[in-house]
Amino acid sequence: MKKPSSRTLAFAAIGLVFLAAFGWIMATQGPLAPVKVTVAQAAEAKLERTLFGIGTVEARRSHAIGPTLAGRVARVLVDQGDTVTAGQLLAEMDPVDLDARQAASSATASRAEQLVASARATLAETDSRARLAQNSAERYADLRRKNFVSQEAADAKAHEAAAARAAQDAATAALAAAGDEARRTRSDLSGLGKSREHLRLVSPVDGIVAARLAEPGSTVVAGQAVVQVIDPATLWLRLRVDQGRSSGLAVGLPAEIALRSRPGKKLKGRVERVDLVGDAVTEERIANVVFETPPAGLAIGELAEVTLRLPPIEKALAIPAAALARQGVQEGVWRPHEGRARFAPVVAGAASSDGLIEIRQGLAAGDAVVVYSGRALAADARIKVVEALTKP
Amino acid sequence: MINLAGRDILHGWGKFLFTGVGLGLLIGATLTMAGVFRGMVDDGQVLIDNSGADLWVVQQGTLGPYAEPSSIRDDVWRGISGMPGVAETGNAAYLTIQMAHAGRETRVMIVGIEVDRPNRPGAPPYLAAGRPILQGHYEAIADEKTGLKLGERVRIRRHDYTVVGLARRMVSSSGDPMIFVPLKDAQEIQFLRDNDALVNERARTAANPAFNRPGVPGLLEAAQGAATQSRNVNTVLVRLTPGADPEAVASEIRRWKRLTAYTRAQMEDILIAKLIATSAKQIGMFLVILAIVTAAIVAFIIYTMTLAKVREIAVLKLIGARNRIIAGMILQQALGLGFIGFLVGRVSAGLWGPAFPKYVLLLPADAIAGFVIVMAICALASLFAIRAALAIDPAEAIGG
Repeated sequence: MKKPSSRTLAFAAIGLVFLAAFGWIMATQGPLAPVKVTVAQAAEAKLERTLFGIGTVEARRSHAIGPTLAGRVARVLVDQGDTVTAGQLLAEMDPVDLDARQAASSATASRAEQLVASARATLAETDSRARLAQNSAERYADLRRKNFVSQEAADAKAHEAAAARAAQDAATAALAAAGDEARRTRSDLSGLGKSREHLRLVSPVDGIVAARLAEPGSTVVAGQAVVQVIDPATLWLRLRVDQGRSSGLAVGLPAEIALRSRPGKKLKGRVERVDLVGDAVTEERIANVVFETPPAGLAIGELAEVTLRLPPIEKALAIPAAALARQGVQEGVWRPHEGRARFAPVVAGAASSDGLIEIRQGLAAGDAVVVYSGRALAADARIKVVEALTKP
Repeated sequence: MINLAGRDILHGWGKFLFTGVGLGLLIGATLTMAGVFRGMVDDGQVLIDNSGADLWVVQQGTLGPYAEPSSIRDDVWRGISGMPGVAETGNAAYLTIQMAHAGRETRVMIVGIEVDRPNRPGAPPYLAAGRPILQGHYEAIADEKTGLKLGERVRIRRHDYTVVGLARRMVSSSGDPMIFVPLKDAQEIQFLRDNDALVNERARTAANPAFNRPGVPGLLEAAQGAATQSRNVNTVLVRLTPGADPEAVASEIRRWKRLTAYTRAQMEDILIAKLIATSAKQIGMFLVILAIVTAAIVAFIIYTMTLAKVREIAVLKLIGARNRIIAGMILQQALGLGFIGFLVGRVSAGLWGPAFPKYVLLLPADAIAGFVIVMAICALASLFAIRAALAIDPAEAIGG
């Protein structure tokens, strides 16, 4: 057989290169290629833990001031944003006939006083009359014993004395009744005064008017607020933390607060109160966070992102949280073993804010685990360890 | 013995090679089309796999959550997680939106998942970079195809989200890349309307005398407050304990919870057989036409190649070559052409496949089937040429 020509050799070479390229494409792309992964070692680390929640700015003490009886608003003396002091008149309800009733009641009271005076005078008169009748009766009785007067005349005088004593008792009772009547009318009058006072809506605290809810002329029912007063020094956040991530929520935790109006600025605060009753519908726990120094221009209802700093776990075996995988219901990690992936069950603990997760069981320090992978891994899948899967 | 086909190819190698490459590009287009179809199926498949669920519990009578809208209350899971065979449940919300990012609009699927523990149902099972979502709000894991980078902040509806992780091949059944966010945020994205709509809705409620009655203070506020709550999710993803029968648990849920539950097999049927049925037929039609065109072109090329060699074949016949040798030569050439075409096609499909906006999956089984079909088409096509060659009169050799 003759020697192959150089042209044949060149064709063979091109063919080989082409076949090699074909083989390379088949081996590096598509389902036959090994899965690219990155690995990391389990290591002891300090785990900084945080809780995160959404809060709204609220006033700790908010006073809804309104009438105790239905009525019409007569005057509203303050507007939203006004500073008020304790006892300051904020609004007044229309008294309707209360003033007239007060005048009538006052007249009744003075009349009752006069009736008392009149009863006292009557009593004085009956007293005097009784004394006179008694003296006269005693004198007649004396004369009768000496037989100067007839029995009949003496009896008549005795009767007069008894009648005068009865009249005296009647006058005493009339004076007591008049005194009672006077007290009643005085109580009436003072009661009306209190009702009148109730129509004046005064601020119970020093604060700021947060809302003016009714205008003069409008009718409000009992208990409906006319003016809302808050104490601006008590503004705090009502924080909602997901139940599933609320473990460790406690009073006194330091907080970082980012208000929606100034997201870049971190304000300092701390947890002031943790509600015992959570929200069963949204599955959240509720806590209150106070500002260390409340910023100026804080608006009620403003949204805030709150990061609570939990005490760190000083030393724990940790791996990147992205390494945690699952086979069925079993939690575990993929471990590289002679170019293939192997699943190892682990028991994971707390996660840190920078993406590490504590491993309680299943790994030792220095064990390599698969962190990122280009495809879903299966048992004994071929893997190729690379530095990173994405370009930074 | 001398290889007639090889000698002939070497004689006009340039023409042969270019014909092969041209044919290869055509085969490449056909293989890509098959890859597009496989990609569509795979999109549905990874959607099912990545959700990590064994059962999908959705609104009664719907094909939710992917193929039809479904809306159930977000406390339904409580009843389901107590049923025998259920290991874990997780609420999930799915919503496809148009997201403006870096000056262009991308269609993305927002997936709301529970984030109180890593690897809850619905969460991406593996990451390409970053970390899982660890805080209850405003963190996101984005698929690489969204073009988002780690640490970037992206605005979705009312809030800014920080991208803390990157995922790969996390797509919806229509191939849109996914963005995973905490469930409560996803509920807000899905159900809480924009400010203008809220204000209008409040005005509408205020104009309704049933809700704004004199003498009942607070009723209007209560009615307006109730209107902005979002207590719905699209589905409850259920993981079963090992050994539980999915169909048995699903039928219990259907019977007692008055909800529809799908097993993995049923969900595959919905996503792959029902959802992409028309598209699959469309692509199937196109594949058939491409195959016919390829066959026709191969036949045509081989036929003309043979006809160009009329004189040479006549000489062969004149010197007493048997028909088998002539037929073998033509068949070998046709198969060689097919072989070059297949290699070029597979390589070109592999090269341009990743550039497609949607996933193109080239399966080795498809490549093998493609190879067999190409060879069969070439062999069939060469029959016409062989027939023509055998009919050539040896007298042609001497210029008749």
